[in-house]
Amino acid sequence: MSTLTETLNVSALSVAFPGRQVLKDVSFSLMPGEVCGLIGSNGSGKTTLLRTILGLQAATSGAVHLNGAVGYVPQKIAFDMDMPLRARDVVGLGLDGNRFGLPLPSLGKRRKVEAMLRAVGAEAFADQRVGDLSGGQQQRVLIAHAMIRRPRLLLLDEPLANLDVRAVADIVGLLHRFARDEGVTVLVSAHDMNPLLGVMDRIVYLAQGRAATGKTEEVVRTEVLSRLYGHHIDVIRVHGRVLVIAAGAADEIPIAIEKHPVHVCEIP
Amino acid sequence: MSFFNLIFAPGFFASAPVQTALVIGSAAAIVSALIGVFTVLRGQSFAGHALSDISSAGGSVAFLLGISALWGFLGVAVLAAGALELAGLRRSKERDLVTGIVLGAGLGLTALLLHLDIGTRSSGGAAISVMFGSIFAVPASMIVPMLGVSGLAVLMMGLIYRPLLLTSLDPNLASAQGVRVSSIGLLHLLILSLAVTLSAMTIGAILSTALLIGPAAAAVQIAHRPGRALLLAGLFGLIATWGGVLLAYDSYTWTPGQAWPVSFFITSLVSLIYVAARLWAKRPVARRTAEA
Repeated sequence: MSTLTETLNVSALSVAFPGRQVLKDVSFSLMPGEVCGLIGSNGSGKTTLLRTILGLQAATSGAVHLNGAVGYVPQKIAFDMDMPLRARDVVGLGLDGNRFGLPLPSLGKRRKVEAMLRAVGAEAFADQRVGDLSGGQQQRVLIAHAMIRRPRLLLLDEPLANLDVRAVADIVGLLHRFARDEGVTVLVSAHDMNPLLGVMDRIVYLAQGRAATGKTEEVVRTEVLSRLYGHHIDVIRVHGRVLVIAAGAADEIPIAIEKHPVHVCEIP
Repeated sequence: MSFFNLIFAPGFFASAPVQTALVIGSAAAIVSALIGVFTVLRGQSFAGHALSDISSAGGSVAFLLGISALWGFLGVAVLAAGALELAGLRRSKERDLVTGIVLGAGLGLTALLLHLDIGTRSSGGAAISVMFGSIFAVPASMIVPMLGVSGLAVLMMGLIYRPLLLTSLDPNLASAQGVRVSSIGLLHLLILSLAVTLSAMTIGAILSTALLIGPAAAAVQIAHRPGRALLLAGLFGLIATWGGVLLAYDSYTWTPGQAWPVSFFITSLVSLIYVAARLWAKRPVARRTAEA
């Protein structure tokens, strides 16, 4: 940890869209080098929270304080097959894509891009078109794009969605390394917390616009989540995985674990 | 010498209208192909097509007023671009609907104006000229203004090159990097309307999409990096335009006394280039490599 000041402080943040309250009174703060999971089902406000931190979405009330630059990996980017951009071009745009004028060849830029490609393990496919890459490879390129300006805080919106098990482990490992080795604070959203359990220092659990925040083991408990949802929730730990199960119909309250049919249970 | 004459019919290089056509045709082809690359990547081909069709209303007004069609095309295309952007529609389906409706209204206006043109000036050529172009009829005095419009378009493109590329890649990535995505979108449409104006003068309002989309779509099939895509697109546009002008000139000798329209040759060449690029690239619909 380079300093003891918080990288991110979110205090009493509320965001409303016309006719809908998306976030109510959300507070948490993150220290350098922490990995924080932003967990919640689809529509729980994860993307809105990340966009508000980035300043792309106005808050109704509350405040966001940032200490240092922010990198962002948006949700569900599907690169067009026809995009005439190599992986290294996308990473380069992370450095100077917002500048005006034509890009001049620069040795310094080439070195930075090369170093970043190496840092995310993307050298092997650096010269391929981004549209031809697999989902996991595209995530690496996007992370390199976000990290090349050396932000202190990295926000990722569902980077693990639609990846196979091995790619999920690779990306989680990569994020963990950035946090541990370089003190980058990582805030990563996911609808399933399980892939993150091994690396997550903190959790922001969103449900119905409100958030339960703290250390993972403090938050992912039957009492805490039941209070958050306003329903009885069972938190079950089995084989090192966490199952969050709602009493009642399975579709009434979102189950935090998807894609694994064996985990989807109904308790009458 | 006879072989040379077979390709370049006698008098081709000495003809003043041919010289003018080659200059303005090249400018139109290059500007359209360059901005076309971004238009294709942004999935705004339909907006480009609509802008060119709508500009025909401007061309018809210019005929009525007796001024150069350039100013008519330019005025209406820029206004339409502003209107489309002001509608501020983000959902692509909604955007297509509004574009289609504006397009219909624009063409309806063209129908009225062309009717008035024919009534007042008894010039049946107006419709053909506005819709399908009359590159050999452009006076040499238009070279300077058209090169001026081209220069402005290229300058604007150079200025916003990187933010435009980033926004075309993904608007969310761009806005997170502080790019004002909507301003870039508006500038893209403005440059597009300049390109459409130039192409409308060359191959006509409703055909100018061909020079905008065709060379760019062919180039992005082949090129793996943005600079090369732009270079290739410009080259394809030039080949189609020069080839079209040459073939149209030669066609005098095929059907004596009557040349075939340049626009026919240019649009045919553009289509051929696109097909050739697809075959060359041999990119199947899905070629995502396995998870590695």
